[in-house]
Amino acid sequence: MRIELAQVSRWYGNVVAVNDVTMTIGPGVTGLLGPNGAGKSTLLHMMAGFLAPSGGTVTLDGTKIWRNHEIYRSIGLVPEREAVYGFLTGWQYVLSSARLHHLPNPDDAARKALAMVEMEPAKDRRVETYSKGMRQRVKVAAALVHDPEVLLLDEPFNGMDPRQRLHLMDLISAMGAAGKTILFSSHILEEVERVAQHIEVLVAGRHAASGDFREIRRRMTDRPHVFRVRSSDDRRLASALIADASSGSVSLTETGLEVQAVDFRRFTWLLPRVARDAGVRVWQISPADEDLESVFSYLINRSS
Amino acid sequence: MNGVIAGISYRALLGRRRIWLLIMLPVVLIGLAVLLRVIGSGGENATITLMRTFAIGTMLPLLGLIAGTGVIAPEIDDGTIIHLLAKPISRPVIAQTKFLVAASILALFAAVPTFVAAYLLVGLESGVASGFAVGALVGGVAYAAVFMLLGVLTRHAVTIGIVYALVWEGVVGNFVPGARRFSIQQWAQSIADQLSSSPFFSTEITLGFAVPALLIVTVGAVVWAGQRLRSFSLTGDE
Repeated sequence: MRIELAQVSRWYGNVVAVNDVTMTIGPGVTGLLGPNGAGKSTLLHMMAGFLAPSGGTVTLDGTKIWRNHEIYRSIGLVPEREAVYGFLTGWQYVLSSARLHHLPNPDDAARKALAMVEMEPAKDRRVETYSKGMRQRVKVAAALVHDPEVLLLDEPFNGMDPRQRLHLMDLISAMGAAGKTILFSSHILEEVERVAQHIEVLVAGRHAASGDFREIRRRMTDRPHVFRVRSSDDRRLASALIADASSGSVSLTETGLEVQAVDFRRFTWLLPRVARDAGVRVWQISPADEDLESVFSYLINRSS
Repeated sequence: MNGVIAGISYRALLGRRRIWLLIMLPVVLIGLAVLLRVIGSGGENATITLMRTFAIGTMLPLLGLIAGTGVIAPEIDDGTIIHLLAKPISRPVIAQTKFLVAASILALFAAVPTFVAAYLLVGLESGVASGFAVGALVGGVAYAAVFMLLGVLTRHAVTIGIVYALVWEGVVGNFVPGARRFSIQQWAQSIADQLSSSPFFSTEITLGFAVPALLIVTVGAVVWAGQRLRSFSLTGDE
């Protein structure tokens, strides 16, 4: 099944949360990547039928999602908020989900779903006694209980320990391989890269990039990088570096050199050699813009 | 009506400490009735005063507020309602189920104790006990619907509900005769009055007004709540 977003916008008063986004989420695993506050949750809520688009349309195989409860036969939703009825046991919680779906055999379905997330040992404990990761897993089980064609997960790996994270990643990958349409949001590139065949990047409410992880990774590393370099002779190193095409600009500052590398790979290969040949001792190299925000802002500037 | 939703709602409402809130007021009512009987001033007139001011005038709106908002507002607040809404169940059915849960709670914790308290004082004399029990039942049903709607409409349901019950019905209704026409407890009293033949009790609102008003308010609130749930939105925390 396919979720299609056509020129979707969403604003709250004067604040635009999602701005003219057009994308199609098809079978397989798609990662929705973006920094916090980029509008990932807003977009996901519109896909899940929990928010009306202010403009544009959101459809599931051609049917409108907003105000249409029938879509939940095909959609499973794992919301970000940790909200689960604390007074129910894990088993009761997942079973209630199966019964609310009017499944022919709710007990079997609940048992299967709990097994998928490895929650059988703790299934008879109340949810309020669970750790964050365990709550996350029963939420996934409750969303999977009707074997949905589409699974939407909002920051699903938050609060999970590494082992649980790997397990959920495997589960998501397996479901994607089985032809389900899966979308999950995350602000961590490594997470997305590991599971998603396809990545949609959202920055400041806009659709900044789209492609497989190699493509996104290449775009993220092939941007101009800024490095700060301190050495025994900054001026001499500067002249040696600017002679090569991999440096776009070099400026001398009080605290050392600021180099903008246009060809990341060549620059990192070149710098130690140039320094050695010029007889300059390098004391410190530090990337000036390695945080995710600047990577994203580069992407958004390029796409606009 | 959905059994699974009803089951979860009953557990959420009656579990833990909240049940003590629901039990406390009826216990006070029956306690007062016993006290009046013991000190020997439990005549028909005193019974009616107790029923009007405490059973219908205080206990009923407060229990209505606890049960009506309690079936839905906490779930909307903490987001657990998503578990019910992200299912192929029509939202009006969810609203109706929540309403029935609240209404049944009020029947049990408001109407039944009202009958018991009045019966302890005057037995079945003049139909006072049954009249007030039916009044409390019908009024409780309307309160359940209205306060559930408030819980769906606003995050300040409890505050607004208290203002309505205490300020509008309690104060304004006592001084401004016109306001009494738009007061659930006045409608409930009017029904109690019509069903009893006691000479100590008369209300100014006719049955011809109270019954349609109760029906319209109850049905309207449940329908509106269902429609509101259809447009339930999660606004991002980001």
